[in-house]
Amino acid sequence: MNEHEIRKSFPILHQEVNGHPLVYLDNAATSQKPIQVIEAIENYYKKNNSNVHRGVHTLGNRATEAYEGAREKVASFINAGSSHEIVFTRGTTTALNLVAQSYARAFLKEGDEIVITPAEHHSNLIPWQQAAKATGATLKYIPLQEDGTVSLENVRKTITHRTKLVSIAYVSNVLGTINPIKEIAHIAHGHGAILVVDGAQSTPHLKVDVQELDCDFYAFSGHKMLGPTGIGALYGKRKWLEKMEPVEFGGEMIDFVDLYDSTWKEIPWKFEGGTPIIAGAVGLGAAIDFLQEIGMNEIAAHERKLVQYAFEKLEGIDGITIYGPRKGRSGVITFNLDHVHPHDVATVLDAEGVAVRAGHHCCQPLMKWLNVTATARASMYLYNTEEDIDRFINALIKTKEYFSHVLG
Amino acid sequence: MSLDDLYRRVIMDHYQKPRNRGTIEDGAVTVNLNNPTCGDRIQLQMRIEDEKIAEAKFVGEGCSISMASASMMTEAVRGLSLDDAMKMAELFSLMMQGKDIDPESYGLDIGDIEALQGVSKFPARIKCATLAWKAMEKGCGECKLKSE
Repeated sequence: MNEHEIRKSFPILHQEVNGHPLVYLDNAATSQKPIQVIEAIENYYKKNNSNVHRGVHTLGNRATEAYEGAREKVASFINAGSSHEIVFTRGTTTALNLVAQSYARAFLKEGDEIVITPAEHHSNLIPWQQAAKATGATLKYIPLQEDGTVSLENVRKTITHRTKLVSIAYVSNVLGTINPIKEIAHIAHGHGAILVVDGAQSTPHLKVDVQELDCDFYAFSGHKMLGPTGIGALYGKRKWLEKMEPVEFGGEMIDFVDLYDSTWKEIPWKFEGGTPIIAGAVGLGAAIDFLQEIGMNEIAAHERKLVQYAFEKLEGIDGITIYGPRKGRSGVITFNLDHVHPHDVATVLDAEGVAVRAGHHCCQPLMKWLNVTATARASMYLYNTEEDIDRFINALIKTKEYFSHVLG
Repeated sequence: MSLDDLYRRVIMDHYQKPRNRGTIEDGAVTVNLNNPTCGDRIQLQMRIEDEKIAEAKFVGEGCSISMASASMMTEAVRGLSLDDAMKMAELFSLMMQGKDIDPESYGLDIGDIEALQGVSKFPARIKCATLAWKAMEKGCGECKLKSE
């Protein structure tokens, strides 16, 4: 793939920030949007805007086709068995909350166990804390190894016959570790538990096949994979979705409504109460087209190359601590500079036009585990180049020099 | 944007050698505040005598701006009445909004705090600078409620 060619589709990248060419390395927070996605949304509003599943008029049909067409694209993108297994949500957080509220609260009881890891993003942690409180189930953690990875041995030790639900990120948003989902699914299923996967950081960067992974649920967001904010999806195996009750009730999700009782539409529509985020789904569909044209394996290979390049350069700088394993990781580098708080690092990098994230990355338990209050994070995507990495490294060296100067 | 507006020498000095870092044994008003988006946290303690801040001490974790601001604030409010301390917090908030302020018209001596003026040019960092001040305002407010 040619990242220089790809960059042409991203108008936002071609600007100066604080007098320097923008180097956008905050992709784990949100990605930039190609012109194809922006135009798909614009085109929808200009020509096809209408509500879905109700109008008998032409625009209503077009909107419905666009919305359901996007669902088909999502299904094929992650290789779901059917588009009926794709529920549109606002994003990963709402998707995981849907499972926690609908599945966990209905099927878990006191004495059961919910298993997660200390590396989970808050979105894949708090819904389970709440589900545990609501059902009386126990929340258990798979201990991390010293380098922050999850070992299958620890997975086997933590999951027991009481475990009913295991939820884990495919890729960590802080450490960049890639978890062995397929093997974890096998272990969970061996104990009669289901596996939920937080796919927020994997779907944009890796080829995902939910049937191959054999997970029961898989949640992700559109905005981290070139799509608009406010749209994401939950994949669920048909057998579970059919047994689950909706968590939002009202228009659009109903079948028959009587004065005192009602029935629901079939899956996935029973989970999509109210007018959905139609333009968002259309934008997500366009993002998937864009990614597939390049190829997910090519994107993953590009990021592997970049992260390796960055590691080699970073190793030459004294006083940098990099968290997480060196190998088998995605394009996320979380680090700290000795004696400089990550906010201060991020501010100086910003002055050089380099956008990185600083803070706890919505992973407070993991920060505690790392024994830091915050870290800085550079995260890459398909449009980043080796020149971006060079600019980032140079800015980092400048940061170090700047603080050694002002700190005297 | 000039970094030197932000990282003034006096700020870095307070960061490296924070004044009034520590805790007050007993009888102090204690306020815990954190910045949930970044994880910075502060515990501010104030010993109030005759409706005046006799002593203010803090412990916490955070970036250079948040810790320097806490250090400067604890210096500035010592000896002030609760009303004056709250007035100073208001002044600081205006300063962070980039407003031209005249401390003298408030009858207050802001000392080193003037060095934090540059933070207003870095909108992402304003929350860092105001954390300690929010804690102080909260503590003063609680004291006033109690005394009423």
